[in-house]
Amino acid sequence: MEILVCAKRVPDTAENEIQLDRSGTEIGRDDLVYSVNEPDNYAVEEALQIAARTGGKVTVVTVGGEEDEEVLRREMAMGAARGVLLSDDAFEGSDGRALAAILKAYVQTEHFDLILTGVQADDGCAQVGGMLAAMLDYPFASVVTSIEVLEGRKLKIGREIEGGSKEISAIDLPCVLSIQTGINEPRYVGMRGIRQVASVPIPTLGAAALAIPPGTVGAAAARVKRQDYFVPPEGKGAEMLQGNRDEIVDKLIDLLKAKGGLN
Amino acid sequence: MDSIAGATFWLIRGRDLFLFLHLLGLACFAWIVARRLAPLLGAQRDFRLDRPLQRLGKVLQFWLLQWRHPRYRLAGVLHILVFGGFLLLASRAFAVLAMGVSDRFAAAGPAGLCGTVRDYASTLVLLCMGVMIVRRLVFRPARYGRPSADPIFLLALIGLLMAADGVFEGSQAAFHAQIEGRADLLAPWSLPWVLRAAFAGAFPATLRTVHLGAYLTHEAAFFFLLCYRPFGIQFHVETSLFSVYFAKLDRGTVKPVRWGVPDLQLDTLPSLGVKKFSDFTWKHILDFYSCSDCGRCADQCPANACGRPLSPRALSIKARDYVFHHYPVLGPSSDGAPLAGVLFSEDEIWSCTTCGACEAECPLLIEYTDKIVDLRRGLIDDGKAPQPLHKPLQALETRGNPFGKTEKKRADWAQGIVPVANGAALDTLYFVDSITSYDDRAQSIGRAAARILGRLAEKSTPSDTETQRRGGRGREDLAACASKAAASLGRVAILGPKERDSGHDVRRFGEETLFLALREHNTEAIRASGAGRIVTADPHAFNALKHDYRDVPPVAHISQVIARAVRTGQVRLNPVADGVYTYHDPCYLGRHNGIYQDPRDVLDAIPGLHRVEMQRSRDRSFCCGGGGLALFYEAKENERMGVRRVRMAAEAGAGVIVTACPFCMVNIEDAIKVAGMEGKMTAIDLAELVDRQMSQ
Amino acid sequence: MPPVFAYIVHRSGVADDTAAELLAAARRIDPGRPVTAIVTGWGDDLDGTCEGLRAVYPEIWKIARETLACPNAELVRQALVQVLPAGAILLVPHGHFGVDLSPGLSVKLNAAYVPDVLEIEGVEGVWLQAVRQEFGGQVSAHVRANMAHGAVLNIRPGAFRPADRASAAGQIVDQSAKVGALTARRVYLETIAAQTGDVDITKEAVLVSIGRGIGEQENVAIAEDLAEAMGAAVSCSRPVVDAKWLDKSRQVGSSGQTVRPKVYLACGISGSFQHLAGIKGNPFLVAINKNPKAPIFRVADVGIAGDILEFLPALAARVRQEACLPGTGLPGKGRRA
Repeated sequence: MEILVCAKRVPDTAENEIQLDRSGTEIGRDDLVYSVNEPDNYAVEEALQIAARTGGKVTVVTVGGEEDEEVLRREMAMGAARGVLLSDDAFEGSDGRALAAILKAYVQTEHFDLILTGVQADDGCAQVGGMLAAMLDYPFASVVTSIEVLEGRKLKIGREIEGGSKEISAIDLPCVLSIQTGINEPRYVGMRGIRQVASVPIPTLGAAALAIPPGTVGAAAARVKRQDYFVPPEGKGAEMLQGNRDEIVDKLIDLLKAKGGLN
Repeated sequence: MDSIAGATFWLIRGRDLFLFLHLLGLACFAWIVARRLAPLLGAQRDFRLDRPLQRLGKVLQFWLLQWRHPRYRLAGVLHILVFGGFLLLASRAFAVLAMGVSDRFAAAGPAGLCGTVRDYASTLVLLCMGVMIVRRLVFRPARYGRPSADPIFLLALIGLLMAADGVFEGSQAAFHAQIEGRADLLAPWSLPWVLRAAFAGAFPATLRTVHLGAYLTHEAAFFFLLCYRPFGIQFHVETSLFSVYFAKLDRGTVKPVRWGVPDLQLDTLPSLGVKKFSDFTWKHILDFYSCSDCGRCADQCPANACGRPLSPRALSIKARDYVFHHYPVLGPSSDGAPLAGVLFSEDEIWSCTTCGACEAECPLLIEYTDKIVDLRRGLIDDGKAPQPLHKPLQALETRGNPFGKTEKKRADWAQGIVPVANGAALDTLYFVDSITSYDDRAQSIGRAAARILGRLAEKSTPSDTETQRRGGRGREDLAACASKAAASLGRVAILGPKERDSGHDVRRFGEETLFLALREHNTEAIRASGAGRIVTADPHAFNALKHDYRDVPPVAHISQVIARAVRTGQVRLNPVADGVYTYHDPCYLGRHNGIYQDPRDVLDAIPGLHRVEMQRSRDRSFCCGGGGLALFYEAKENERMGVRRVRMAAEAGAGVIVTACPFCMVNIEDAIKVAGMEGKMTAIDLAELVDRQMSQ
Repeated sequence: MPPVFAYIVHRSGVADDTAAELLAAARRIDPGRPVTAIVTGWGDDLDGTCEGLRAVYPEIWKIARETLACPNAELVRQALVQVLPAGAILLVPHGHFGVDLSPGLSVKLNAAYVPDVLEIEGVEGVWLQAVRQEFGGQVSAHVRANMAHGAVLNIRPGAFRPADRASAAGQIVDQSAKVGALTARRVYLETIAAQTGDVDITKEAVLVSIGRGIGEQENVAIAEDLAEAMGAAVSCSRPVVDAKWLDKSRQVGSSGQTVRPKVYLACGISGSFQHLAGIKGNPFLVAINKNPKAPIFRVADVGIAGDILEFLPALAARVRQEACLPGTGLPGKGRRA
């Protein structure tokens, strides 16, 4: 099975590391360390496991610039056969829909049986997979937590739904799936592995090679634009109850009654 | 009595029969040994021919004098007696063999002293066999596991050998007494002596038959044992000498990925670590042969005690069985299959905290840490790191610390306490390492240590620091260095944001490539700082800087610095009012580096401090649960190591545990909570305690 | 102004809480404009939902199809494409279903798509001004969406306070006929329910939640006692489950359950991001913790710096006292904690 995984290079977000810079409208990126979006990593591992079972190979693609190659190399060190970079000045400032369009143009230059994306990335939009599927007119399923290959060009997939339950469906190939973290245990990729793929060439395709008409992607064509970042003013925090224990208990009882906490 | 060589055994002359049997036996033995050596020849290199005098010293101490055996008193004494007996009987054995072939050895009886010694030796060995069998069958010490047939069979066989020898001698002496009226000189109350009396009324013909029969039995038992030993734990009789001679001489280090391949050329290797059996070095395979399954390592192993799937001796025995199976004495050898999941489970390999208790205990100096690290290297190379370690490893790569916090904030804890090296002249570098830099609790250790260093530095004179500079760099003997440099420290600073994790546990968890990158970065930063010496409060960093790093200034642990200052009277500590204190030896300060007394001296220098020792202390200290990446690994266990340790402290009657390692501190404090002993037990770092007693 | 629709998620004949929230969000786009609810499904469940919506929405479009009995975003998408007028604005609750449905739907409708909207600031011409979050909620962002060809807006559940009930007696319009054949290349097979254990904390209105601060297994009973007195249930954070003091079904957080109580007592919980992510709907949050600097106090409404092992029993005693006082209207019944 030929599998494509769409990956994104995102800032590594440990708790409370993302902060506004001096201008107050952008996030400070100097201190940020970037790595592959975690759900995308799970998607690559899943693709590798499926390819190992069915034969075939895994291609990883990303839209961006030279700095995004490191993500492709990491996934190639993990076992992906190929990394492809879609890069062009015309892609700058693209919104999610344009990204999906760029990916669609690439998909149509090759043959893939299965396309995987991570469920969502740093912007929490969770949109590119679904849009890509609609553009290609492939069936789609999101938040996938299990994949089983069935006979006759079908997959049996599990989706995570509310309350931790799992929805099982059968889906036709070719299809697009967005993968939830925890679907598997990704293998470890160390520095050594990455060094070993350091000199493997990564083909770069631009707008012309992908036959993307100008004006359909990029900042000008974006229908959804982010204007700025901001941090809403922090509340004053908890009102700390004072007094001895009995007094505090009394005050708390009053508040609980008022808020409907006592049945 | 007829000579054996001349006697007739079922129509065959003794000489011919025994020449044939001896040669057959020796040939079998040679063949078996050759087959056992075969996997060693195909294994990885291991450079063990250096420092022959030091190696001979180890042989003398551990092999001949059985230095470690008495650590388990009864079993140790028994073994020393048996071993001593074997040595004394060795020459006798060859004489007896020769008797069957040539009459020149058919002496009337061995001469005076030698004979007495021989008689007692074999009697003693026989008695020891009896005791050992009874111990195994009746008393069943836990570390031997369930009684199994093999060891008892072997003990019985050795007993038979001794008995046969005794009967051989005794019957001959009885014959001489009866027929020739000779009173052979036999050691009173030895087996032959007893048997001579027992045989007193026997017919000469019977005696002759018994005598020849005893000889035959002795030969059969001797060669059977000789050829049987290489099939089980008894092979250690032959291999132990070599295991001890070739034992690892350098403490605290980890073997290189491949001997003979420099670090810079690791990229050229197709694979790292041990994945299939022949990836082990020949010394490791020799170790597998030498393990006598005594169980002392497993008995001391903290992971084993807490129900983790690791047992060092089981690893050795399983590996030995693997060699026996895949490199059989008869038949073709088969190797090359991956070991992960077959010979050992991944959980087993990741459960080890590299505390070194097993290696400190093994009477044969069998090494475990290197094997575990090599197996981990293999797993990492195949992408099989445990999930909980992925994030810390990734963070170590990108941010230089396993917590994922920004490198810019690495020195935030030190603001106002100790400066960051900025190119100005520097004498002492305080290497902080990651946990002390970032963990809320451990930071207070850093502050205490920095304050202590600052105060000691104030008392230094320029000439002192010059002496220290000329003390030289490189991996010198630390004691010499510490004494050369007075407790004067000169200007003290930290590397700050330029510091990365020492990589100590990155290496021991098998990520060699990442370790090398961290080491390269730190080495450059340390050298650029211009410091003449390094001090750290983190034993893992201490061990790394001392043994894993090259070309860095000499390093001391803060307990050594404080001990020195206390001994020279440079520092006086205020008294404590109450409390019962106990000192927990951190693995990488104590066992791996032999620093046991300095921290104790510091504690004893505090007036009024009542200190008790836990039963397991010094080189028997019980690991707190592990440091570095071990903090992130989620082991399957029945109980946490730290909880066990805290209970040990309570048993010793202590209310305060003093430790000298930030990882120990974090683990023990956590354990106090989990064990529900908050309020009854507290933990404090040595530096924190000294800092407190200095300033009050 | 284009027509505004709200897609209603429902279960067992009852519309989800988000139904009223979507109405509130729609009013922020255009206060005067009537909003049409769209409901897909089959049989009594669908009918029941539509009936219930009559009190909230002026117009309800019902699409009944047997294959829509179980929510299948692929089929729903096809149905909506056939039913929605060009240029419409559709609001959908953001969640497992919304993420499945809306991105593809926006492409098929050629409409703009804004996911996980927290606030709608207004409309300027064709541009919608909204607020989203990025980086797991660490920063907020102002976004503009060009609604010239319509828009699909996924609204974050709990972000908009439900609208007061409009007195409109809603009209149910059956649009099923407008929908042609629905081709299924994704077929629903079954749902495997999560092990809920004996209590479903996601349905509880009041939760007494414990963290590592409870200390040991024996102390869990203190929390259970308080919960019984209050008519609440006991939930917990991850360390308690890891220590095996409570079952996983009681865990609140990003790797556990998402709860929507009215009142949440965080006892001995430090307040990590992962735990807080499981608390939705902005409940009245009371934090009790020995450490006055614990992060939970930043997000709690009321805080008490104290030892939970002493405080909870005292609180339970007072609650029981209250329940016994006549005229307080508190029946004082106990419930399984």
